[in-house]
Amino acid sequence: MNNDVRLPIYMDNSATTPCDPRVVEAMLPWFTQRPGNAASRSHVFGWDAEEAVNVARKQVADLIGASAKEILFLSGATESDNLAIKGAAHMYAKKGKHIISCPTEHKAVIDTCKRLETDGYEVTWLPVDGDGRISLSDLADAIRDDTILVTLMAANNEIGTLHDVAAIGALCHEKGVLFHCDATQAIGKIDIDVEAMQIDLLSMTAHKIYGPKGCGALYVRRRNPRVRLTPLIDGGGHERGMRSGTLNVPGIVGLGKACAILSDEMHRDVEHCRRLRDRLEVKLTAGLDHVSINGSVDHRLPNLLNISFAYVEGESLLMGIKDIAVSSGSACTSASLEPSYVLRALGLEDELAHSSIRFSLGRFNTEAEVDYTAEIVVAAVRRLREMSPLYEMVQEGVDLSKVQWQAH
Amino acid sequence: MAYSDKVIDHYNHPRNVGSLDKSSDNVGTGVVGAPECGDVMKLQIEVDPTTGTITDAKFKTYGCGSAIASSSLATEWVKGKTVDEALTITNKDIVEELSLPPVKIHCSVLAEDAIRSAIEDYKKKREATEQPQQAASE
Ligand SMILES: Cc1ncc(COP(=O)(O)O)c(C=O)c1O
Repeated sequence: MNNDVRLPIYMDNSATTPCDPRVVEAMLPWFTQRPGNAASRSHVFGWDAEEAVNVARKQVADLIGASAKEILFLSGATESDNLAIKGAAHMYAKKGKHIISCPTEHKAVIDTCKRLETDGYEVTWLPVDGDGRISLSDLADAIRDDTILVTLMAANNEIGTLHDVAAIGALCHEKGVLFHCDATQAIGKIDIDVEAMQIDLLSMTAHKIYGPKGCGALYVRRRNPRVRLTPLIDGGGHERGMRSGTLNVPGIVGLGKACAILSDEMHRDVEHCRRLRDRLEVKLTAGLDHVSINGSVDHRLPNLLNISFAYVEGESLLMGIKDIAVSSGSACTSASLEPSYVLRALGLEDELAHSSIRFSLGRFNTEAEVDYTAEIVVAAVRRLREMSPLYEMVQEGVDLSKVQWQAH
Repeated sequence: MAYSDKVIDHYNHPRNVGSLDKSSDNVGTGVVGAPECGDVMKLQIEVDPTTGTITDAKFKTYGCGSAIASSSLATEWVKGKTVDEALTITNKDIVEELSLPPVKIHCSVLAEDAIRSAIEDYKKKREATEQPQQAASE
C-alpha cells in the first residue's frame, strides 16, 4: 500500500474545495491592515476597499466573458439563485408568471421555484433522460407567451451531467425569454462565456473554485436585453440597489483571485482532474463487476465520477472507506432519508441510488491518492458483497426483480 | 453520522457472517427488508430438534453500518438460546446495546423481524416433517 498519501483524503470537491493558498494570501490584508468599508467615501480606507472590490469584479467578469458592471457580489450560489429567479419573477410579473426549470436542479433553484409556485407562479418541470439531460424540443414546446424565465444549470452537482447551455441560451433569446444558468459546478471546469452562450443571469460561488465560503456572484446582463431584478434585501443600496449590505471585502478579493487563477490555469486544472478521474474510473471498473456510471458519460464534468456498486449500500461503503471523504446518494446519508432525487429523476432504481458514490476530484488531489482510493474502495466493496444477501442471490442466479420482498 | 464504538466493532468484525444450508429441516431462514428501501437482512438459525436450542446462526446484510451491526448482534444473541427464548429479544434491546440513534431504530426493528421470520420458517418446517412422522407411527 502507498505510504506517500496523507490520510484522510479529500475527494469531495463538488461539495466544497479547499482554498488555494494564493487566494488566502490575497485575502489576508483585507482582514487587518486594510479594514475599509467599500461604501465609505470619506477616507482612504474606504477608497482602498472599493478599488479592491472593483478589481475583483473585473476578475470575475473576465472569467465568464462579462463586463465588470454586470457582476453583483453576494453570499453564495444559494442567494444568487434566489435573487436571479425571484428577482426576475417579481420584476417581470406583469409580462407573465410562467417559469421553466428541471427536477435535477440544485435545491437552491428547485425550492425557490416551488416558493414562487405557492405565490401564484406556474413552473414547468422539464423531464430529463437517463443521462440527466433535457431535450431542446421539450424546452421549445414548453415556452409560452407568458414565460418569463428559463432556469437550467450548466453542470449537475451530483452526477456532473452538462446541459447544452449554448443551445438553451440561443433558444431562449430567439423566443425572447430570459435564461438563468446556475453555473456553480461548471465554473473552472468547462468554458463558460455569457455572450457565446447567451446567458442573461448566471450564478456562481467562490467555495467551489478554491475560494472562501460565504461569497458568490450573480451576473446580470446589461445589454441585449438589459435585465432588471427586484431586490430581495433592502437597505443601504449597495450593489446598485440590488443587494444591500456591507460588502464582504476579504471574501470578494478571494473570489476575484480564485477567478484570476482560473483564467490563467484552468486548462491545466481541468486536464489534471480529468486524468485523475479517468484513472479512478478505470481502476474501479476494472477491479469490480456490477458497477455502473450514473449520469452522462459523454457530457460530463471532467472532475466528477458518480458510480453505483450494486448490492452494496452506500452508507456502509462510506464506513468502510472512512479515510476517504466522498458523498453518497444513499438515503441513509441524507437528512430526508430519501435516496437522491437527482438519481431518481434519471429513472435509476432506488437500489442503485442507495449504492451510489460521488467522487469529485480537485486541483490538490494526487495520483497516489487516486491509487490508494481505488484499492481501498475495491477491497471494501468486495468485503461488503461477501456480506450481502443480494450479491449471494445474484450469484445463485436469482432475479432480484422477481423476489417478493417483505418491505416495511 | 457518528457511530457508537459497538456499531463500529460489529461493522469491522461482523460475527457469524455466512449462510447455512437453507434446505435442511433444522435450519430456519428469514429474509426481511427490500433493496429499494436500502436494507435487506438474511438471518439463519440452526436448531437442535431434540432440545429446541439454537446451535448456530448466520447472517448476511445489505444495508448501512447500523443494519449490519444489528444483525450481527442478533446472531450472537440467539446462539445458545432456545427458540422460545430467542423470541423474547426485542428491537429495544438492540437499540440499547448498540446505542442506535432514532434514525437508525428501523435497523433494530428489521433485526427483530429477521429473528422472528427465521424461527417461523424453522417451525413451519418442523410441523411439515412431524406430521408425516406422526402419521407413520399411528
Ligand atoms: C449547483 C449548485 N447550486 C448552488 C449551490 C449552493 O451554493 P452555496 O453553498 O454557495 O450557497 C451548490 C452547492 O452546494 C451547487 O452545487
